[in-house]
Amino acid sequence: MKFGIIVFPGSNCDRDVATVTQGLLNAPTRMVWHQETALSDIDTIVIPGGFSYGDYLRCGAIARFSPVIKSIVEHANRGKYVLGICNGFQVLTEVGLLPGALIGNRDLHFICDRVPVRVERTDLPWTQNYTSRQVITLPIAHGEGRYYADEDTIKSLEDNGQVLFRYCSTTGEVNEASNPNGSLDNIAGIVNQPGNVLGMMPHPERASDPMLRATDGKLLFEGLLGVLDAIA
Amino acid sequence: MSHKYKSQIYVTLRPSVLDPAGVAVESGLKQLGYKGVEGVRIGKYIELTLTAANEAEAKQQLDQMCDRLLANPVIENYCFELTELTVSVE
Repeated sequence: MKFGIIVFPGSNCDRDVATVTQGLLNAPTRMVWHQETALSDIDTIVIPGGFSYGDYLRCGAIARFSPVIKSIVEHANRGKYVLGICNGFQVLTEVGLLPGALIGNRDLHFICDRVPVRVERTDLPWTQNYTSRQVITLPIAHGEGRYYADEDTIKSLEDNGQVLFRYCSTTGEVNEASNPNGSLDNIAGIVNQPGNVLGMMPHPERASDPMLRATDGKLLFEGLLGVLDAIA
Repeated sequence: MSHKYKSQIYVTLRPSVLDPAGVAVESGLKQLGYKGVEGVRIGKYIELTLTAANEAEAKQQLDQMCDRLLANPVIENYCFELTELTVSVE
């Protein structure tokens, strides 16, 4: 079971992810430069946070044409796991592996905070170690994190149960007051229909090391490891 | 024979997308005393020159550029203007 972490010019959470997968969980991990195209040795691809290509034009718009992207799409289409965190989520929507777009926050601020997030489903590897409707606390750090999609897309996401994480109050209520960035339906993270591609704005890798006194994110990586090791 | 064109490309937010920056600028304009201002929307302007066989080909290429990179159809619309600059032989 091996993690591959994509490194674009401007990625800045790549080593944070490796610290979790390799450092805390002892899972084989390799950094994948965006010019690479051979990814067949990798089980889970992580597209990390940062500012790929300076986020010029739109977040993720230029990263989308990197040589590595075609291999990521093939990897995802084979049913293998892809996790996009923050800028990685933005890249996945630009690529089209996930629907919708991430646009400027409602209040125009860059938000750097720890926020409560509700786990909406626990029948996927990503969230199997959480309890249903569990409220966890994860860091967010973004200027363009407001999830937007047209009405039909939002409806199909909801109907298919593709919303995995939602911003909420500390007691789990989902409302406008607990919505940090104006995301439609308080969406913080979604999966594709089969569930093997996850995009999320909160940073689970920044809430995994006990030294940081926040470990709610570690369960996500552990859940994934459990499933993959069971297959292997 | 190929032709050189100058293109001016306008990328605008789709009407259904909330534009908080536009709202902030609108309130700034109102504070300056322009009480009649409404509907401020902020978009992007891109200009480029392009060499193509003819105008139809230039337009086709620009459409592709906008669809693939310059605009995101999920949130944005685009339009462009095309002006021929020079004619070069061969």
